[in-house]
Amino acid sequence: MVTQSATLKSKEEVMERMRKPEVISGSEILLRSLVLEGVDCVFGYPGGAVLYIYDAMHGFSDFNHVLTRHEQGAIHAADGYARASGNVGVCIATSGPGATNLVTGIATAYMDSVPLVVITGNVISSLIGTDAFQEADITGITMPITKHSYMVRDVEDLPRIIHEAFHIANTGRKGPVLIDIPKDVSAAKTLFKPVTDVNIRGYNPTVSPNKLQVDKLIKAIEASERPLILAGGGVVYSGAHEELLEFVTKTEIPITTTLLGLGGFPSGNDLWLGMPGMHGTYTANKSIQAADLLINIGARFDDRVTGKLAGFAPLAKIVHIDIDPAEIGKNVPTDIPIVGDVKTVLQQVNQLAKRADKADAWREQIQESKAQYPFSYKDSDVELKPQWVVEMIHETTHGDAIVTTDVGQHQMWAAQYYKFNKPRSWVTSGGLGTMGFGFPSAIGAQMANPDRVVVSINGDGGMQMCAQELAICAINNIPVKVVILNNQVLGMVRQWQELIHENRFSHIDLAGSPDFVKLAEAYGVKGFRASNKEEARAVWEEAMNHPGPAVVEFVVRRDENVYPMVAQGSTIDQMIMGDAE
Amino acid sequence: MKKHTIAVIVNDQPGVLQRVSGLFGRRGFNIESITVGASEEQGLSRMVIVTSGDDHTLEQVTKQLYKLIDVIKVIDLSSNPMVSRELALIKVSAEPASRPEILGVVDTFRAAVVDIGTHSLIVQVIGDTEKIDAIVELLKPYGIRELSRTGVTALNRGNAR
Repeated sequence: MVTQSATLKSKEEVMERMRKPEVISGSEILLRSLVLEGVDCVFGYPGGAVLYIYDAMHGFSDFNHVLTRHEQGAIHAADGYARASGNVGVCIATSGPGATNLVTGIATAYMDSVPLVVITGNVISSLIGTDAFQEADITGITMPITKHSYMVRDVEDLPRIIHEAFHIANTGRKGPVLIDIPKDVSAAKTLFKPVTDVNIRGYNPTVSPNKLQVDKLIKAIEASERPLILAGGGVVYSGAHEELLEFVTKTEIPITTTLLGLGGFPSGNDLWLGMPGMHGTYTANKSIQAADLLINIGARFDDRVTGKLAGFAPLAKIVHIDIDPAEIGKNVPTDIPIVGDVKTVLQQVNQLAKRADKADAWREQIQESKAQYPFSYKDSDVELKPQWVVEMIHETTHGDAIVTTDVGQHQMWAAQYYKFNKPRSWVTSGGLGTMGFGFPSAIGAQMANPDRVVVSINGDGGMQMCAQELAICAINNIPVKVVILNNQVLGMVRQWQELIHENRFSHIDLAGSPDFVKLAEAYGVKGFRASNKEEARAVWEEAMNHPGPAVVEFVVRRDENVYPMVAQGSTIDQMIMGDAE
Repeated sequence: MKKHTIAVIVNDQPGVLQRVSGLFGRRGFNIESITVGASEEQGLSRMVIVTSGDDHTLEQVTKQLYKLIDVIKVIDLSSNPMVSRELALIKVSAEPASRPEILGVVDTFRAAVVDIGTHSLIVQVIGDTEKIDAIVELLKPYGIRELSRTGVTALNRGNAR
């Protein structure tokens, strides 16, 4: 790991130095403000419009700057850092192409409510609007995918804007905030006055719930015979995992957690049904359809969870707890809306909640279903099965690793077969489904958690979308274990083409991919390959024992499908169970 | 599809119109007209937007608007008694022979002629949308050369709510 020189000095001493009112440049104001916001790691890539910022960073040791090899790598790393730590992720890029290379990463963070502060340079103020070299209207381009954005016109505004940006990114429904700084603003000097208070008239998220609605929820629980909790990413983001466990323990209501909610509730708990939705468990999906009370806690009724909306949870009274009022009633008509921070809401609910006494038959029915329909696959002694690899990774890391994934089949297998017990251990692009996210996000997760094992599970497709970041693992000795489940095909697309497009396999063959072991070694990262179980166990052990980063390629069956599967347009109880049944 | 007139009080910031109109566009909400100008408070602008959709759409529009940091307040004007007005300038073909007839229409609508050219007149009319629609309809037979409407601006009545 990069040595953190900042930790050597007393933190207060550093802060005192940062706060000192002095005449400094906009660039120095930026760096100092970042430190004052608690930033210890920034991912970035220099260029013409951020030269003053990088000049100020020369010899600056109060936070780490990780030089990625692509701006997209930088923003996904910042995203992984934020998801795995709960702190705001920060990245810096230059104007024009540097800024536009961030767009996918900004959209990824926006869809999954991840707090980021994204800093871009822009051309000199007087050149804005002239189609100057490397000019792009990045605030305009990113307007639909940022929570808010700023174009800094005067260096005097910079301390306030940075402080507001961090506040907006990490409160309410979290999200990315962009700050665009023209080159002359980063060069201009002024007396630095740190800003510590926030006063944004149009921004005041509701934290505490309406008591009346909470009472309604308590009554609904008492009356319910078939209650079910659907918990999402909001539980993790508000740090409400303990409150959720208390709520479930008190009420004994069965619970299903969405893709982004994984880790928000211990998977070992008897009342946990696994993930719902398109590739969710039989029991979770059937239970949603049968429930008479569905308590949504910090999930947003995404279409991958609900399937066909018209037939979703047809018998249930819907309760929706969400920090974002716009999510309530957006997709599913809601009977009991509760706007507030999930943690605060659950704290209040827990004071009143009692065991759902009428639901004993329901609990029994659910346990039977769980026992009868676990996730399953046909194992093989000839070929390596991707599900088996994930199970092996789970077993050898004792479920304690931080797992990041890319997008596709491997993502679903990781979600199905890695059993999470702790929040912020699962980093995956849910809403946007961004390929190329898995590996760089692991770098960020590792930077935020130097002492934890970080495993990045990827497919052979997505790995090639950001493979260049192997360089920064090597040079900074960031010990991420990069898993590639190589089936030589775009597996999820193949699966849809097989099941929905009648075996018309169109442009999914990834022949021509590099030798991943050699690719790793070309960057100075240790590479391993396994094609059967024996090799898999052996190389995985070796990779885990290796103190630095490692790439482990598992050559797996090409035609494996993810099951169960709910076809698009079906209700979620219409599951294709596959060959494992 | 119901018509709704909403007022949106926003920070007078660069890009705020783009944020609001962009939100309507990407969420699939319809804008029939939009007007922006200063409000009673310095630093704040008042937008009046006429949109159409069912009550669910209106609720979503309102909630999504509130998510914009620069939006201070959203008011559903049309849920209460309101005064709504727009102004139209209508350049109508007018040879000397047909002018008296046109002036008759202008008088009836309490409109005004604000420019007289050799072959045309510009009529200025203020009123609610239906009134403007009506005068436009009546002037059509003479030949409308150009038409410019401001879109609706509105306030709730003093004794409303």
